[in-house]
Amino acid sequence: MTTGTTETTEPTVDVEAAIEELRAEIAAHERGSATHTKMVIFAWSGDLDRIWPTFILATTAAAMGMATTVFFTFWGLFPLVKNDVRITGENWMQRMMSAMNRGGTEHLGLSKMNFAGMGPAMMKKLAEEHHVASPQELLEVARDLGVELIPCQMTMDLLGLTTDDLIDGLAEPAGAATALAEAQDALTLFI
Amino acid sequence: METTIDRTLDAKGLSCPMPIAKTAIAMRQLAPGEVLELLATDPGSVPDVTAWCGSTGNELLEQTEDAGVFRFLIRKA
Repeated sequence: MTTGTTETTEPTVDVEAAIEELRAEIAAHERGSATHTKMVIFAWSGDLDRIWPTFILATTAAAMGMATTVFFTFWGLFPLVKNDVRITGENWMQRMMSAMNRGGTEHLGLSKMNFAGMGPAMMKKLAEEHHVASPQELLEVARDLGVELIPCQMTMDLLGLTTDDLIDGLAEPAGAATALAEAQDALTLFI
Repeated sequence: METTIDRTLDAKGLSCPMPIAKTAIAMRQLAPGEVLELLATDPGSVPDVTAWCGSTGNELLEQTEDAGVFRFLIRKA
């Protein structure tokens, strides 16, 4: 093959201009990676001690001007269930799951030291004493700030949750592709 | 010259991230150049307001403390 050697002897490009161009490209890249203008959180857990920081981060990101999306999947969907909805699901398995894992921001358990609900009660008491906003308050502020809250359609089907079971103000249920498309140029967290 | 305050937000007694979240909401109602006075008691609001102004481009004009109340003057960009 001789094509390789002929290419190397071709007229030289303007090296200085090429270097300048590369420098500009690197600088643009550095700027791009230093600051994100979007945040996507995958909320997988329905535990109080995970949902709480999820809402705190989402609210703060939106307050900082970032286009913020939270994609709720698996156990993460249960905090979106209306607080007054008791049993969800169509078949006995889904209904049993909701009975043992009641949805709504007021019924979340802790990932550790749950003590059959005593842990969360103490945590809420401490939060009140220290003027920390509850997940419910944070959720409302998140909606005010325009945080996009997307429930995962597949998990809704799997767990037997309908949009009627879920709180108002959510985005249309969507799938993984929607979440990943949002996440492409965003700072992403999986909580 | 005294800075003219266009709006005051009382975030006393609120904890992270509420002072910042409420500030962001309040700033929406201001026109560029107008000034928000923020009152907060959360000590975390001192670094947080500075960070928030840095990333949103709003200008922190003044920051004082009086008897545990932090006062910030922020000019909308």
